[in-house]
Amino acid sequence: MPVRPIAAALALCLSFTAPAADASETSGARGRDGQLRLYYWQAPSTLNPYLSGGVKDVEAASLIVEPLARLDPDGQMVPWLVQSIPTLENGGVAPDLRSITWRLKPGLTWSDGSPVTSADIRFTLEYCTAPGSGCAQQAKFRDVAAVDTPGPLTAVLRFDSPKPHPYGPFVGPQTPLLQAAQFAECIGPRAASCTAANFAPIGTGPFRAVQFRPGDAALFEMNPHYRVDDQPAFASVLLKGGGNANSAARTVLETGEFDYAWNLQLSPDVLAAMAASGKGRVVTAFSTLVERLAFNLREPAPTPSTLRQAAPLPHPAMSDPDVRRALAMALDRELMVEIGYGAAGRVTCNILPGPRIYASRENDGCAAQDIARAQAILQNAGWTDDNGDGVRERQGKQLRFVFQTSTNAVRQDFQLLAKEWWRQIGVQTELRNIDASVFFSSDASSPDTLQRFGAHIQMYAGASDGPDPEAYLSGWACKNIPDRDNGWQGQNVGAWCDPAYDRLLDKLAVTAGLEERAELARTLNDMLVQNHVVVPLVDRARISAHSAALEGVRMNAWDSELWNVAEWHRMAQ
Amino acid sequence: MRPPFLRRLLMVVSTLLVVSGLVFLLLDLAPGDPMSQLPPSIPEDVRAEMRSALGLDQPAPERYARWLWQMLVVEPAIAADALLDTDLAAGAPRILSWQTRAPVMSLIAQRLPQTLVVVGLAYLLGTFGAIALSIGSAARRGRTLDRAGTGLAAMGHALPPFFTAAVLIYVFAIRLEWLPTTYDTTLAVTGWDSAAVQIRQMILPVAVLSLQTLAQTVRYSRAAMLDALAQDYILTARAKGLGARRVLLGHALRNSWVPVLTVAALGAPQVFAGAIVTEQIFGVNGIGQLLIQSLQAGDLPTVQTVTMLIAVLIVLANLGADVLIARIDPRTAHA
Repeated sequence: MPVRPIAAALALCLSFTAPAADASETSGARGRDGQLRLYYWQAPSTLNPYLSGGVKDVEAASLIVEPLARLDPDGQMVPWLVQSIPTLENGGVAPDLRSITWRLKPGLTWSDGSPVTSADIRFTLEYCTAPGSGCAQQAKFRDVAAVDTPGPLTAVLRFDSPKPHPYGPFVGPQTPLLQAAQFAECIGPRAASCTAANFAPIGTGPFRAVQFRPGDAALFEMNPHYRVDDQPAFASVLLKGGGNANSAARTVLETGEFDYAWNLQLSPDVLAAMAASGKGRVVTAFSTLVERLAFNLREPAPTPSTLRQAAPLPHPAMSDPDVRRALAMALDRELMVEIGYGAAGRVTCNILPGPRIYASRENDGCAAQDIARAQAILQNAGWTDDNGDGVRERQGKQLRFVFQTSTNAVRQDFQLLAKEWWRQIGVQTELRNIDASVFFSSDASSPDTLQRFGAHIQMYAGASDGPDPEAYLSGWACKNIPDRDNGWQGQNVGAWCDPAYDRLLDKLAVTAGLEERAELARTLNDMLVQNHVVVPLVDRARISAHSAALEGVRMNAWDSELWNVAEWHRMAQ
Repeated sequence: MRPPFLRRLLMVVSTLLVVSGLVFLLLDLAPGDPMSQLPPSIPEDVRAEMRSALGLDQPAPERYARWLWQMLVVEPAIAADALLDTDLAAGAPRILSWQTRAPVMSLIAQRLPQTLVVVGLAYLLGTFGAIALSIGSAARRGRTLDRAGTGLAAMGHALPPFFTAAVLIYVFAIRLEWLPTTYDTTLAVTGWDSAAVQIRQMILPVAVLSLQTLAQTVRYSRAAMLDALAQDYILTARAKGLGARRVLLGHALRNSWVPVLTVAALGAPQVFAGAIVTEQIFGVNGIGQLLIQSLQAGDLPTVQTVTMLIAVLIVLANLGADVLIARIDPRTAHA
């Protein structure tokens, strides 16, 4: 059969490529590298991050709109639209910690050519805090009482109470500047009906929206008014959505159709096989997302809960620190990372693993598995297996636990591993997994949520919002224990309560200097980890891939991954 | 003719009303939260405020009534305004998607071209291919073409699209690098070059989908052809001395139209509904992808509206098929 000639003819017909970008342009000129092709398999649904809050939308919008300061890959603040980061030392933060003064870079313009002024800063705050707007980022602006604009480039944010860390609003990709002129008619309930503005906000970033198809694709072109003359290197950006992480990884690593693929949470062996062809590179960045175990120090409520129990009893086994310590010691975290995450994870002994100055060194070495020592700890604490059934007991209470998590292949692997290790130290575990949409829902009527904690042990991931850990560490305060009275709200799911921890948190809330705050944060972290309130397992990374010909990518887990897209360019041939 | 037609129309309207109520009720009762995709750093009170900005705090009957009014009055008025340059809608609130805050109808309008081009073309190719194949295989029953055709149909039935798509991508996109794996919906056909790109990116999804349609249709059309060829009037036609072509196309094919048309007409709404799996694999972000994405995001207005439109199309296609078949074959009208 003449298959070969037919195939050859077909190949001839089909194998032409799209015309390359005009190569005659001098290198160094804006727009010299043609089109940048991004694959975001979860496609953005809007380009206004204030109306959505979803990570995919924040990322896509970061091509267009920018905050006053960004966070670099180490979690350090970088002045972006401002001259410098205001601090106590340079007088940008008032001595009473009740105001912060931002000074815009002179000569900044929006992509329509009009100047950026302090009025835009004030407007953006009004836009998000207007009642009825449904703004997703209003928590960031909550403590701001007023914005003064003493000059066109100067904005002073005044707070209700002293703020030792006044960098909530306008720092990071969630709270970029919007143009007052464009959104003036979109205040409050009218925010939703401004579709044209929401789909093509005017920004200061390197690109501007040309075409936006929610949930599908977006086309951007370079901003002719961008503040750096020879940036961006790309004349246009195509952001494509749809498919899944697997198809996204394939387009960059195997076929080379796209330059960048975002969020590739795939099994380590799948990703490694794709990357083997050498067409692209897998990149990772770490922030504070930690996969952890939480122990329930209370007797879990029977499900469905019909008992009206005034105060839940402390659990006889879980409230014993030696039991928690032995459970943690029996885990081989190295193996867990290798199986579940590969390059996208690393062993951590801290619940607060970053930025670097906040990461404690006191818990190093926790990752070593030591079954024999775990057995000895239980033995010495009086937990012995007297009846020979393989399960230790003390005063008639057996070490039998229910271990729950959300339905997810990696988490179920971890459950099986832990069950086996715990069996070896005389602990019997019953495994449960709950659909993620139920487990992570805020439905107070469901007994199967993270907050209700209808088990003894549970596994989930959590992260600090931004580099300052105060809000995150406050999650373990006594007042944040979820219970029936507060409608099962709060992050302190294990119901651990230590007045000393709360006192340190109060101190953190009034401490200003970075070094002092970091020291307090490390102490708080150590209290949580050394008391085995939580067992940090894996520090999880953001993982993406870019084509081998793309240069300038600095993967960032603190800000948008596209934070420095203006500097991205193609490798010279 | 008239009273039965009116009766049918009444049936159609009441069916659609019941369907609309069921669609709304089912989706409203189903678990799911439009805020569930937000990062955990957004606190519960902000989520509550976002829900109320979407109107979720109002009672269900009120939301149903408003949605029905928007479907039946506001959106048609807006369509009329756009076509006739009138001002019937007068700024009445449109059905807004929760996820994007854009009018649902404009989302559908954005998605429809991709779906129509890819799924529609695949449907046409599949249906005509099936008819051609069944003529050929019925004419030479048991020969190579017949066997190959039946084999292809069996394969199309047995292999789910996520498998055929993966195989085709592996062979033609990854190994041979002839075709792209993804579909660029922003591509505007402006000349020969872009037209060629468009054709290249359509080949794989259209191939996967048309194989499916072909497999579904060819079973009926081949059987109908064989059935017709066994009739006495075919023998008569042959005895009259008519050529094989006239017998096949003029007599056998015409008489096998009824089942083929029924299958084709009932399958037609899927052209508008899109193909969820294939669209997802190739990134042909049409109506099917909109539906699944909105379901995942808990975007009820979009899901309800899209489902309702598909229901309308299915009911209309049924009605159309009945009317058409009554024209072709008077026996069905008298039965």
